[in-house]
Order: sequence, then structure tokens, then C-alpha cells
Amino acid sequence: MLYRATGSFNRSYADELKVYQVPLPKNTIIVITFLVFVVVPLTFNEYYISILNFIGVAALGAIGLNILLGYTGQISVGHGAFMAVGAYTTAVILREFPDFPWFLALLGGGVGAAVIGMFFGIPSLRIKGLYLAVSTLAAQLIIEWGINHWPWLSGGAQGSVYVAHPTFPWMVDGELAMKPMKQNVEYYFLIYITLALGIILALNIFRTHLGRAFIAVRDRDIAAEIIGIDVFKTKLAAFGISSFYAGVTGGLYAFLYTIANVEAFTLLVSIQFLAMCVIGGLGSILGSILGATFVVLLPIVNDLVVRGLGGALLGWDDATASTILPKVNLILFGGLIMFFLIVEPDGLAKLWRTITDYFRVWPFPYI
Amino acid sequence: MRKLSLKALKPALLGTTFVVSASMAIPAHAKEFILGMQCDRSGPTQNVGAYICDGLHDMVKLANKRKMFGEHTVRVFEIDHGYDVPRGVEAYERTKQAGHISYALYGTPHTYALTPKLTDSKVPGTSPGFGSAAAANGKAYPYIFPIAATYWSQGAAAVQHVMDSWKAEGKSGTPKIAYLFYDNPAGREPLEVLHALQKKLGFEFREFAVPPPGVEMRPQVLDIVRRYKADWVVSHLFGRAPAIHIKELSRLRFPMNRVLSFVWGGGESDINVAGWDIAEGYQALQFAGVGKDHKVVQDIIAMYKEDGKPEPEELKQSVYYNRGVFTGALHAKAIANAIAAKGANATGDDVRKGFESIRDFSLDGFLPPMNITQEDHEGGGWVQVWQVKGGKYVKATDWIQGYRDVVLDFVSKAKPPKTN
Repeated sequence: MLYRATGSFNRSYADELKVYQVPLPKNTIIVITFLVFVVVPLTFNEYYISILNFIGVAALGAIGLNILLGYTGQISVGHGAFMAVGAYTTAVILREFPDFPWFLALLGGGVGAAVIGMFFGIPSLRIKGLYLAVSTLAAQLIIEWGINHWPWLSGGAQGSVYVAHPTFPWMVDGELAMKPMKQNVEYYFLIYITLALGIILALNIFRTHLGRAFIAVRDRDIAAEIIGIDVFKTKLAAFGISSFYAGVTGGLYAFLYTIANVEAFTLLVSIQFLAMCVIGGLGSILGSILGATFVVLLPIVNDLVVRGLGGALLGWDDATASTILPKVNLILFGGLIMFFLIVEPDGLAKLWRTITDYFRVWPFPYI
Repeated sequence: MRKLSLKALKPALLGTTFVVSASMAIPAHAKEFILGMQCDRSGPTQNVGAYICDGLHDMVKLANKRKMFGEHTVRVFEIDHGYDVPRGVEAYERTKQAGHISYALYGTPHTYALTPKLTDSKVPGTSPGFGSAAAANGKAYPYIFPIAATYWSQGAAAVQHVMDSWKAEGKSGTPKIAYLFYDNPAGREPLEVLHALQKKLGFEFREFAVPPPGVEMRPQVLDIVRRYKADWVVSHLFGRAPAIHIKELSRLRFPMNRVLSFVWGGGESDINVAGWDIAEGYQALQFAGVGKDHKVVQDIIAMYKEDGKPEPEELKQSVYYNRGVFTGALHAKAIANAIAAKGANATGDDVRKGFESIRDFSLDGFLPPMNITQEDHEGGGWVQVWQVKGGKYVKATDWIQGYRDVVLDFVSKAKPPKTN
């Protein structure tokens, strides 16, 4: 049953505090949850699940960065490095204490990254904008260098630490035992449950004092200070929470690759995550998810579509397709990013809102 | 706006249906085996990747044409990952979905991320010139094949060549060696072998790290030439850095014939940037033959001519192109071995056995005498030294193995990656 919002007519204070004022969003969320956790794992094949896994992990990282970038207005070009901190913390905890529960190690990765992130967030009190970007760029380089040159941490010259597969209780040969996650679909549940928790946490942050303080600092920090917000603490908290997300993302990457390797968290990764936030829409959780989906999926879809078209229409063989595709991919990737930013500078989230607003009153918009 | 996106969607849907229908068209009797492959043609190492991957394609095409696989054929399914790790894993998953039985990796972080996956799904993956040197131990890494000399072997071979040249010049004592390296895991990997050799042979040795991306190394080079006064420079650099170290060293009048580079500093493109006259005398290690004179390369050119095409453009960068041919030849040989053993039912595990049964395979000197065994996935760790002379690369030594006992000592100590 479709409901139309015509205004809020609450009869009690309890009504007014309800998360969902009308049933539609609630039902939508129930349907999405059902799709994500029941339909998709049952119907999608392993390859599509593996793509969804990368989208899920990227979305978690993008939400984290958006808390800092979109909601608090502080830039970080060091998120790739914060992810590396999370990945290595998780991996090293599990290397030193193999019996330690892996989900606590994952949280530990988040906490480790939060501490480092807050440390590198200290300059944000004094410097803003491009200057802050450069100081977080320094964080990226310092952390990468540090991991590379700390043999105990990074396991010698290779700079990488293997991580055991996470385990979960499952019926193995009729007995309840701990089964290592090896299938993509098992990781899918790990990633999407974590992402769901991350989304719930992020949405709720902005219903609290702290979350509103973030937005106040973003809109004008002097005004925020005058109304009694401790700007320094708020900015540090934003850096901490954002890096916590990055750390958990890094930990998930470590589980997914079964290795923590510093070369998987370079400056390019940081920039990719910034791109996700900007394309998706600053200051929007949905935007972060859409942006992550866009950035992860675009090269893959390009590859599939252009390869298919080239093969069907132009008769490309594998060697020809391999030579031409990467160039087409680069052109399309750049072109589509520009296209979307010109059509909707506020990101995919705004685009989504425009479309849903249109359909909210469709087909009788003038009544 | 809505109209436009719908229009854009149509060819997209059309395209995917074609992909699906194309992948289903497999003849019934002769099987098409899939060699999965990833490549970087749009990322930071595209100037190397584009040549290597084309070489591999051409080699497998030649093998198909020569009926190396009997009635069956091998299709190279390549996906570009732009040196991005998630995309590399996605590329692997896609060719896995298509049913690959052998895999050509590209990039060190990708090799690390895919090692457990390849091991779990029992498909052999090759990592020539990158990945982990410890993977030469086939007992610890059963499904990873470095096939070419690892950084450990390259380090040992470099020291061997420096020592040999020192003696050949009739000098007494031991040379002072400066090791100029890219400060990343790959650059530091040979250090342990170099330190072990220093202890064994007693030469003077100092490390000079260049931070990535390695486009600025004036202080390090100044240090090497003026303060340390090195007799030999052994360099291990990537990307644009090799060209820059040639220029910087020659600017300080360091004799070029005392500079020996690891395999990723020895392409024609590096010398093109630095200048062939400046680089005169510069030496580099190679794990595959250089130039067009090899029989297998001539065969590929002949194959192009049969199709009425000029020789491949990529041969201008014969160093990297030939490395692709090298990898392709070994994959083809391993798959052919697997097909000889199991016919159309060959699996990834059979291809692993196919790799491990490669004996004295050298393609008339294009490759070293390759012997891949379960203990040695590196195939001997052979390299050749090639020198810039009169505007081209000239072979300076035959295939050499440096201090194999020391390298094997490290290889045998390699531990398997810890998984559960």
C-alpha cells in the first residue's frame, strides 16, 4: 500500500520521536534487507557476489570518509593509510594471538586506525582546506613509510602479514564446528552485516549532539564555537570516527585478501575514496553507498559492455579487445564522472532525491 | 534525462547478452581451455604491461596455430586491472567463473592477494619478475610459479657478474658495491641475500634507498659517486626511475659499464628516455632473450605475415614483449603437458603438474634451460646480462646462476603462508 506524506500530524511526543513517520521507508528497508540478505545470496553466482563484496567494503570506507568530509567539512587524503593501519592492526593481533576472536581483532583494527587518525587530525584545529589536505597527505606517506620500515609489524622485507580466514559456527559433517570463511558468499555476509551496522551507526550519529556539532562545525566553525561547541574535540571526534570506519574497512580488506599488504593501500586508494564521496554526494550516507557502487562498478561494467559490443559488432578477438578496452575504459570513466558532476554537482544522492521526489507526486504533480 | 539514460542502457543490455551468448559457443569435441590473465594497461605500469601482455597473446596464438594442444585450443582471457587490487581480484573471479585452468598474474600486491585463492581453487599462477621470492619454494607455495629469476636470484646473479667482471679486469681484492634501490617491499626483498653474500665474500657494500616514485635521486647518486666512491652500482628501480639513475650517474661521470640493473630497469624504453649514447655500456639482467633474432620471435613475425599484417609494433620494446612471449611459452608448455596427460579433462591441478614436469625447455636459447620441479618453482633462477652497445642491447654473458647454494638456502627456509 502506498502512502503519501501530506504533513506530520502527531498526537503524542512518542509519535514525534519515531524514526519512520510513514510506513513506506520502513517497508522499503525491510524489502532491501530481505533482498540483500536472502534473495541476493541465494540467486547470484560467485562472480557477482565477489563484485558485491568489493562494493560493500568500499561503501563502508566511503561512509567513514563522508562523515569527515561531507558532515564535518574536514578533508583527508590519508584514508588509504588509515585503512592500512586497520588492516595491519587486525592482522598483527591475529598473528600474535591466533586464538583471539577475529571480530574483536577487526574492531581492534578500527580502534588502532582511530587513534592514528586522531593523531593526524590534530593539525585540523589550526589549518583548513588545502593545507589540511597536504598535512593528511603527509600522514599517508608517513604511515606507508612507517609500515614498510618496521620489520616486526610488517613481517620483514615483503611488508605483508598473512591473515587466517575468519571462522564462523556452521554444521560440518553433522556437527557444529568453526568453519573458515572461504567462499565469497560467506564473506558477503560478513561484509554486509558490518556495512549494515556501519550504516545504522552513521545514521544515528547525526541524531545526537555530537553529530549536530559536526554539521555546525562544517557550516561555520566560528559560529559553532560561539554557541558552545568545542571545535577541537569535535574535529578530533570526526577524525576518530571516520578513521575507525577506515580501519574496519582495512580489516575487511585484509580478511578478503587474507593478507595485509601496504601496496594495496596507496595514495591512489585514498583519492579513489575521495572520488566516491564527491561523486556520491557530500554529506549523505546514501550518497556514499551510491558513490562506492559507481566507482567500483564502472570499470567492470565498462569492460563487460564494451567487450561484448566490440566482439559482437566489430569482431574483436581477445588480443584486440585487451588492447583497446583499457583505453576505452579510461575515456568512459573520466567522461562519465564529468557527465555526472555536470548534470548533478551535488552527487548521485541528489540525483536520486530528484528522481524520487518526482515520483512521489507522480502522476498528478499539480494536485 | 530519463530518456537519455534509457537510451544509454539499451546497448549495454545488448552487449551483455552478446557476452553471454559468445561464451556459450564452445564446440563439442575440441575443448577450449581458458588461460586467465590480468594486466595493467591503464595504470602506473602500463608502459611495461601493454608490451608484456601482447607478447603473451601472440605466443599463445602461435601455439594454437602450431597445434601444440592437439585438437584443443587455448583462449587467453585478459582483463585489465589498472594496478588496482580490488579490480585485480575481480578480474581473477571473472576468469574463474569462465573456468580458467591456468593464471597469469600481474603485480606484486595482486600476487599476494590471489595466492590463497589460487591455492584453494588449485589453479597455478605465474608471477615472473614480481610477487614473492619465497614462492620459488613449491612445497610452501604449491600453486605459485615465479618461473623467472626472483629478486633473490637476481641479487645473487648481480653479485656474481660484478665479481666475475672484477676478476676479468685483473683487479685484486673485492669491489665496493653500492645497491641503489626503490624503497618498497620489492626493492628491499634482495637485501637479505645481498647481506648473506657480503658476509660470505667480504666485499664492501652499502644500501642507498630511493623513495617512490623515484624521480629524484640526486643526493643518493652524489653520495654513491663522491662520498662512498663505489666501484660498482647495482640498481633495482622501477617505472621512470631507471632512466633517471642512468642520467644522474652519467652526469657525475660514473662509468656506465659499472652499472648493473635488475630486470625492471633494462627495457628499451628506459634507454630511450635516458639516451642511447649516454647509456653506452649500461648493463641489465634479463630473464628472457632480447631482440628479434630468436627463432620463436621470428615465428611470431612469420605468423603475422601469413595474416597479411606487418610485424607487431610492440617488438620495438622487445625486452618486455619477449618477457610476455616467455610467460606465454611456459603456460602453453604446461597446458600442453596437462592435455597430454589428461586430454580434455585436464584441470588446474594437472596444469600445475604440467609446470612441474617442464624439463630442459629453452626454445633454442630464448629461455634459459628451464627445469621446474616441485622444490624449485623458479626454474633455476637463470639470468643473462645484456649491455647497451652502439644503440642496441648486446648479450654480455650467457645464462648465469649466481651463488645458487645461498639462494636455495633462503628458498628452503620459506614458510607457507599461514591459512586455515
